[in-house]
Amino acid sequence: MNKIKNLNKSEKILLIRIFFSAFAFVLLLPLYYGKSVDRSNNWTIFNPDGENYLFLIIYLIIYFIIGYDIIRTAIRNIFKGTIFDENFLMTIATIGAFLIGEYPEGIAVMLFYQVGEFFQRQAVNKSRKSIAELMEIAPEYANIMLNGELTQVDPYEISVDDEIIVLPGERIPLDGTVLTGSSAIDTSALTGESLPRDVFPDDQVISGCINLSGKLTLKVEKEYDDSTVAKILELVENASDQKAESEVFATTFARYYTPIVVLAALVIAILPPLIYKQAFSIWLKQSLVFLVVSCPCALVVSIPLTFFGGIGGASKAGILVKGSNYLEYLAKTKKIIFDKTGTLTKGNFAVSQICPLSSSGISGETLLEIAAYSEYYSNHPIAAGIIAAYGKSIDPDLIENAEEISGHGILAKIDGNTVLSGNAKLMQKFKIEFPGNNEFGTIVYVALNNKYLGYLAIEDQVKTDAGRAIKDLHQIGISEISMFTGDQDLTANKISGQLGLDKYQAGLLPAEKVEHLEKALTEKTDANELIAYVGDGINDAPVLARADIGIAMGGMGSDAAIEAADVVIMNDQPSKIAEAILIGRKTFRIVKQNIIFALGVKFVIIILAILGIANMWLAVFGDVGVTIIAVFNAMRALNPRLSIRHT
Amino acid sequence: MKRSFKLQNLGCANCAAKIENDIAQLAGVNSVRVNFMTEKLILDADQEEFVSILDQAQTIASKYEPDLLIIK
Repeated sequence: MNKIKNLNKSEKILLIRIFFSAFAFVLLLPLYYGKSVDRSNNWTIFNPDGENYLFLIIYLIIYFIIGYDIIRTAIRNIFKGTIFDENFLMTIATIGAFLIGEYPEGIAVMLFYQVGEFFQRQAVNKSRKSIAELMEIAPEYANIMLNGELTQVDPYEISVDDEIIVLPGERIPLDGTVLTGSSAIDTSALTGESLPRDVFPDDQVISGCINLSGKLTLKVEKEYDDSTVAKILELVENASDQKAESEVFATTFARYYTPIVVLAALVIAILPPLIYKQAFSIWLKQSLVFLVVSCPCALVVSIPLTFFGGIGGASKAGILVKGSNYLEYLAKTKKIIFDKTGTLTKGNFAVSQICPLSSSGISGETLLEIAAYSEYYSNHPIAAGIIAAYGKSIDPDLIENAEEISGHGILAKIDGNTVLSGNAKLMQKFKIEFPGNNEFGTIVYVALNNKYLGYLAIEDQVKTDAGRAIKDLHQIGISEISMFTGDQDLTANKISGQLGLDKYQAGLLPAEKVEHLEKALTEKTDANELIAYVGDGINDAPVLARADIGIAMGGMGSDAAIEAADVVIMNDQPSKIAEAILIGRKTFRIVKQNIIFALGVKFVIIILAILGIANMWLAVFGDVGVTIIAVFNAMRALNPRLSIRHT
Repeated sequence: MKRSFKLQNLGCANCAAKIENDIAQLAGVNSVRVNFMTEKLILDADQEEFVSILDQAQTIASKYEPDLLIIK
């Protein structure tokens, strides 16, 4: 019942017309055939007997009730110079049925067509609505303090460095940094991540997320047009401009299909009667069948809808696909090359081992404390890792002096002591004896008052889902997964083994990454087996652009990488890549199903018509019936509920 | 000048493709897109003739879909 309430007025009227004429039609059937109208001796509208005039009039009334709008549009369009549209074809086909005395068939075809159109419109509306829902991440207003009062303004009017206030339940209108307040934010519309993220002062937040719990004051960092939400909307809306091969096929096909079929209809109406000296009425019927199936609607509607659904469904999962063609490429991806830092690893450095010199007698905790104090003023990522590992608050008053020796480390004076922390070169520079070491990762040696104390091993951490990502990709049939990195062989080897990669290339300069990729591209044996490259940094932009399909990590990736990529993973999780490929495959599969199904059915009906055994019912099914089924099938692309079976 | 317009009563994807094709043939049109799913017309045309091109576009649209309205 609710569904009926959602219809607009003209749809309700159409529904009433459909029910009324269907009822009248069924009621009249036994009467019509019960009267046993003698149709054997070429009974037509031109020579009916007296009693059948009554039937003709009643049937004509029902016919006009169900079909008046179609006939009206058909006539109007002829005057505007458009012939061979659906309305015209249906009118000709049904009037043809009346002319050869098949009153019930004339009505049934019109009725069936209207029912089909009705369902088709509902299906299209439903998918338009789901797409509109995806677009509903756009913020309507932003709150600012104006003369001490909270005022709502258009997000367009806010400039960089303005302060805006986001209340609980509101959508964050622009990208910014939290000044005051803390809250949990729902990023699911952008990242597909269902767990809310906690944010505190100095954290960056992106537009389009929903503020769940606390009031936040933000400092705006990007104008609306540059904000994440505006970019995503633009991307999704324009994505359908980049047409996939199968989409181009559908439009090209449509351009030739209709005129050819209409021409064939003419031929079949004229030639056989002339050659075999048969009645025109028999072949007229078959040629009407041709006309009805001549609309390529099923393809023209369902293929773009499928791709749109696929792109929409992917964006729901936090995967931005920049065009229909890239969904097709994702489906064809066979090999994947990963960048290491920021893609498979977090790109932040953490202390993995604390090794105090046993003879020095100090604890690991003290060693870490000394290192943390010395690194306090440094803004090197390694320093951040050490300070984070220490975790306790540091009293800056104890640090008397700290000097960064570029390429070496830190020389600091802490609470009267001289502290050195840095690489082997630093130790050598200050002539401090230390044991050699072939530990994996980056090593920070620490010395106190010119005496070696021990070392810290620092490692870039592998993303928590990286292992699963590789496993999933193998599972779904990616034949080769490799890694390109600028790191030394030792590090690359360990990560490669840990994650189960098929191979790796270590010690690569950015330009060499492109060279290696090009080599892989030229070594390809099958043009349909594509190579994807996944990266995040600025160095990656040329490689991303060069690969068959470039996938960028959106959250932390550089703008250049996102610009150059074809697919962007919003939440930086490598496990999303398998999902993206599955979405691509599912979309592509639906497109193929629809092409084969629609063309297959139409082809069979055309053959049957040539053989003289197709009827109008079948033809209408071949037109609207096929379109409805294709549209419903296409809508499956919107729901990327995919699962990867682990064995 | 590039502008986007909402379309009302765009019911047939094939018509959308035909409308797009015909509008693209008009003099002064740089690029045009009729998006069936989002029901939008995105028209990029010469500034001076924009209004007249838009009128012609409406005529073309009505030819294929009598109820179709370009909302200005």
